[in-house]
Amino acid sequence: MTTIAPATTIASYARDFSKNEDGAEWLTALRNKAWAEFESLGFPTKRRGNELWKYTDLRVLDTKAFSRAEAASALSSDDLRKIAPWNDDWHTAVTVDGQFSSELSRNLSGDDIAISNLIETAERDKAAVEPALGSVADIAGNAFVALNTALFKSGVLVKVDRDAEPAQPIHILHIVTAAGADNRAFYPRILLLAGENSKTSIIESYVNVSEGSQFTVPVFEASLSDGAAVRHFRVQLENEQAIHLATTRTEQPDSAVFNSTTFATGPAIGRNDVHTNLSGEHSETNLHGLYITDGSSHQDNEISTTHQKPHGTSHQFYKGILAGKSRAVFSGKVLVQAGAMKTLALQKDLNLLLSHGAEIDTKPSLEIYADDVKCAHGATAGHVDPTMLFYLMSRGVRREDAAIMLVSGFASEIIEEFEPESLREFLYSRLERIIPELDSEGIL
Amino acid sequence: MLEVTNLHARVVDVEDGEILKGLNLTIKPGEIHAIMGPNGSGKSTFANVLAGRIDYEVTDGDIKFEGESILETPADERAHKGIFLAFQYPAEIPGVRPWQFMKAALDAKHESSGEKKLSVREFSKLFDSKVAEVKINPDLMKRSLNEGFSGGEKKRNEMLQLAILEPKLAVLDETDSGLDVDAMRIVADAVNGLRSPDRSFILVTHYNRLLNHIKPDVVHVLANGQLVETGGPELAVEVEREGYKRFLEEHVPANA
Repeated sequence: MTTIAPATTIASYARDFSKNEDGAEWLTALRNKAWAEFESLGFPTKRRGNELWKYTDLRVLDTKAFSRAEAASALSSDDLRKIAPWNDDWHTAVTVDGQFSSELSRNLSGDDIAISNLIETAERDKAAVEPALGSVADIAGNAFVALNTALFKSGVLVKVDRDAEPAQPIHILHIVTAAGADNRAFYPRILLLAGENSKTSIIESYVNVSEGSQFTVPVFEASLSDGAAVRHFRVQLENEQAIHLATTRTEQPDSAVFNSTTFATGPAIGRNDVHTNLSGEHSETNLHGLYITDGSSHQDNEISTTHQKPHGTSHQFYKGILAGKSRAVFSGKVLVQAGAMKTLALQKDLNLLLSHGAEIDTKPSLEIYADDVKCAHGATAGHVDPTMLFYLMSRGVRREDAAIMLVSGFASEIIEEFEPESLREFLYSRLERIIPELDSEGIL
Repeated sequence: MLEVTNLHARVVDVEDGEILKGLNLTIKPGEIHAIMGPNGSGKSTFANVLAGRIDYEVTDGDIKFEGESILETPADERAHKGIFLAFQYPAEIPGVRPWQFMKAALDAKHESSGEKKLSVREFSKLFDSKVAEVKINPDLMKRSLNEGFSGGEKKRNEMLQLAILEPKLAVLDETDSGLDVDAMRIVADAVNGLRSPDRSFILVTHYNRLLNHIKPDVVHVLANGQLVETGGPELAVEVEREGYKRFLEEHVPANA
């Protein structure tokens, strides 16, 4: 008989929860509710029947306690530029070691956009925040959304006015510095309110330059109004001991578009849980991403879209590069509800396995309850193509360089989507460093 | 330049996979040799073995290039020595641009020979002039290598690479197959433009068509893994007229 030991680490999170100092009653009430949900759920396990966590083992969270980071180490803006995507012209909100940094943030307000400390704004302007916070990222049944909601510090609120089309992207940058202690936890929270017919480009990036083990639980919650278009870019540069469990949730009424491209690399355990809810007609979502895993890292992509109304479009297109003994998961789901006629849904997951020890579990799935829809899915996993390798080598390109060229070429299809150019260039320079170091276990 | 003696080669991982069964060939600098033969005679195998493809294993005999055996030389180093294979079916390579590919190839060649690498500006100038020379659509050069190229465009792209890398020995593996008359002329012009006293060519082909545009010095017929007959351009004309029946009947393989 197997007994499941109760998590002994919950006390650590309870301690952090008791340190909350919210001024607004409604926020305290929301936090209490979230904490109660987390306490009753506990961390998910891969026990039988739990399809959502079948491939990702979180037992480490039962034995290793993480404490919420309460203070930031010093970081200059020069240092920042060296480690993270940066552009002086962008609207940038910076969080250092979990603390909102007014000094490093810049261009926070424009004619028709406002970026602010979420908690500060919540306490000042209940009407603006209360109806939205938690309305898209539901705490019910989701331990990590609940935990984030109970424990997030500051957070970032991005408000884009109706018809606004900010010329520069909005960058929400989270840095974990090298100077802080190990075993810290971070709960980044972003609430995006995209006004009617607005067009916004938002970059969400996580840069961890610490060496030790850290636990990051981000929640990105996007509430779009009719006709709003959001271009979202997510950059996850974690260290190899980190645990990074991210949630992205959108609500998309009529003609609302949410297009997202992610770049994920690094962590011991990473999870990118994205769900876009197409609740209106003619709404659209393109969820694309690249994951690169090496060593013993694990990256789980839990990507899903619900079509509720007619004429919706969704594309899921992920690419993986796996090396060493790493493991990745792509679990793509599309749910087409009854009545969501004329839905167009495509799912694709392509993987390049650089070593024999790497493993991918890929399972695109469609669940369709409407007639008259067009849906397709596919997944592949393969090694570097010897025919391509020979072609490059036959022109004199050295074997190692040819392999790097092929892997970079495979990645570039996703990288090319990143905008603006300075962000793309930043990612290319990262790739140039990452790819030659990938452990192919001697087969390349 | 090239001396192939008693070459036996087989496909790795295939039992009874021997395809070349004692092939002998000598090519002097500046010569153009045509190798003709029916399907399955070993033409493409020979071309790929010369370039160093690892799917084939040489089980006997030798290949000497400029006096040295190259059997143990990997494909990239063979290219540095000056061997070039124009592929019958060039691979499509996502995310790799033709410019970037050729710059890397030429850099590797220069590095191997101790020559100075070209600057980006110098290389771009060279690249653009060769693009114009082989009349390949410059828009294609913005795409991934060979992706979305028609059959003819792929072959032109092979000629572009040939013109940029200027090898000592170029092996054209059925470069003429699937080409219309215009594309065939482009290939022929590229080869004729690169003819020189110290550059040799092997044209592997089914048909005499290409040989009307590029005049070979020597024509060989490959059948059952051996060069069974050697002659001048008139041999190609005979093949065109009579087919390969005579050669196949006269040269039944020894182990068959």
